[in-house]
Amino acid sequence: MRRVLSVIAGLIAAALLWEGYKAAGDPEGTVLFGVRVLPRADDLSMPHLWTILGRLTDPEMTGGRPVWIVVLDACLFTLGITAAGFLAGTLIGLVLAAAMQRFRIVERGLLPYVILSQTVPLVALAPLIAGWGGTLMPPWASVSVIAAYLAFFPVAVGMLRGLQSPSAAGAELMRSYAAGWWRTLVKLRFPAALPYLFPALRLAGAAAVVGAVVGEISTGTRGGIGRLIIEYSREATSDPAKVYTAMLGAALLGLLVAGAVSLLELPLMRHRRHVEVVTL
Amino acid sequence: MKLSRIVLASLLALTACGTADTPSTPAPGASGALTPIKLQLQWFYQAQFAGYIAAVDQGFYKEQGLDVELLEGGVDIVPQTVLATGKADYAIAWVPKALASREQGAGITDVGQIFARSGTYQVAWKDSGITKAADLKGKKVGNWGFGNEFELFAGMTKAGLDPSKDVTLVQQQFDMQALLKKEIDAAQAMSYNEYAQLLEAKNPATGQLYTADDFAIIDWKTEGSSMLQDAVWANTEKLNDPNYQAQTVKFLTATIKGWAYCRDNPEKCRDLVVAKGSKLGKSHQLWQMNEVNKLVWPAAGAGIGVIDEAAWKQTVEISQTTKNQTGDTVLKAAPEGPAYTNDYINQAIAQAKAAGVDVTGSAFQPATVTLTEGGA
Repeated sequence: MRRVLSVIAGLIAAALLWEGYKAAGDPEGTVLFGVRVLPRADDLSMPHLWTILGRLTDPEMTGGRPVWIVVLDACLFTLGITAAGFLAGTLIGLVLAAAMQRFRIVERGLLPYVILSQTVPLVALAPLIAGWGGTLMPPWASVSVIAAYLAFFPVAVGMLRGLQSPSAAGAELMRSYAAGWWRTLVKLRFPAALPYLFPALRLAGAAAVVGAVVGEISTGTRGGIGRLIIEYSREATSDPAKVYTAMLGAALLGLLVAGAVSLLELPLMRHRRHVEVVTL
Repeated sequence: MKLSRIVLASLLALTACGTADTPSTPAPGASGALTPIKLQLQWFYQAQFAGYIAAVDQGFYKEQGLDVELLEGGVDIVPQTVLATGKADYAIAWVPKALASREQGAGITDVGQIFARSGTYQVAWKDSGITKAADLKGKKVGNWGFGNEFELFAGMTKAGLDPSKDVTLVQQQFDMQALLKKEIDAAQAMSYNEYAQLLEAKNPATGQLYTADDFAIIDWKTEGSSMLQDAVWANTEKLNDPNYQAQTVKFLTATIKGWAYCRDNPEKCRDLVVAKGSKLGKSHQLWQMNEVNKLVWPAAGAGIGVIDEAAWKQTVEISQTTKNQTGDTVLKAAPEGPAYTNDYINQAIAQAKAAGVDVTGSAFQPATVTLTEGGA
């Protein structure tokens, strides 16, 4: 109950800040020494919240569906892409982490490339992956690949730290039980890695959303919220409130994914006590 | 130790790239089945590509034994690169940008210059007194950059201005808000898109939409610095293959029919574009259809798509000599090899003519389109 109240309070604070700045800020923006320090507060740059909300209920185009349905539809589509990318990325991350934990040589050889992989700009990557579509892959799947590409990284790095976290005493104890690598992984290392996994998963969730939205913008894949943002932003000249409806959709998507990832923790939470016993 | 070596080897194998095979073009309609063709567009579906959309919808490509799939563009999709890497069979691209890619090694040839004229404007407020390139002196001039700015720079240079000194250049977003907010004095705009967006916006002072009387247009066609835009590009290497040659003629024949159809049925083509899921509204698409028709029709000479040598020369010359704000030119040298050919478009025109299509549209009269708020 308190959580719900604090969320509502946060929303109200954000709304007050927006409208407050609109009321108090200079419509032309504040420019100091030729550098803009505060944005414009005019209706073209910052439409009133009620204009944006009103735009949500108006039809997208004459005779079309209301904007909120279009935005929600796009959010669901991108949520699917994000989920596919997140799952694939997490799986790849877990496998890589396990391989790097098992073989020192893999860690030494692979880890630099795992880190390097995230320095490749998406704009260079997206057109390459876009071409994979066609008979083998529907266009949305290539966007999932981009999402997975961003999502695997925090999982691989975080999970590796987690798998390496048990003390030498713990590992030696398992050895004294004649437990093999697999059994040690399942009984000792994996439970010990959970506290490292969850923050990594949250990062991966956020990265998957960014990957999906940017991937859609980059490759022009239709149906999702990223594409909607770019299509609506072209209309910013004559219909500035419309852009913000798509932005709201993207924010909603981010919240949804963050919520879903934290739900993932619940069933795994019971291992937590287990972990503490082993690692202490 | 041995195990780790195996793992390492398999990892290396995983990272190795697959080899791409180049399938040769089957003769179109040879086996009675339709030949699949991919056409890469420059952007999302909009009336700028109505001719191709209509040719698909009206079955003009099917008549020629082709099953054409249109690939939408995106922010980072470069059509000529998609074509050169074999992910599409043909691509639509602006001539200067495609020539720049060509210089960097893309093997592509212009086989049909669908847009005979350029649709780039520089739009200013009427009360600013800007009516020609020379008036831009001392003004804040918006430009898109990324190779979309050279007509503007050539126009200013031609008018005796030094773009790096005489004007303040501002990187412009893809909407026209900067002009409406008077952050810039003149904004780059396509006649068929951004200019229409201005006329779809409400003037807060009057509560009515802005009208053409509120703005002044510098048209690079009259300033003599216009460059060729939308053209059909084909893969140069594949053009040695007689089957691809035949297919190109068939593709262009159906394309001509599509554009002729949109000239004669602009409302129908507007509906086709809207049905394709364009987010830009109906009146906006009709405006765009009408403006695009003006760039295509009437077609001089033999008919639509024939590359005019003088216009090509002007485009190449500007590409080689005009410097943008960073001092770059589009091209370093004159294009080598077969950068364009009229061989296939002339055959296509002959075939379309034989089928009773008006390929010059000499009687074409543009319509007057009224825009509504937001283009809805």
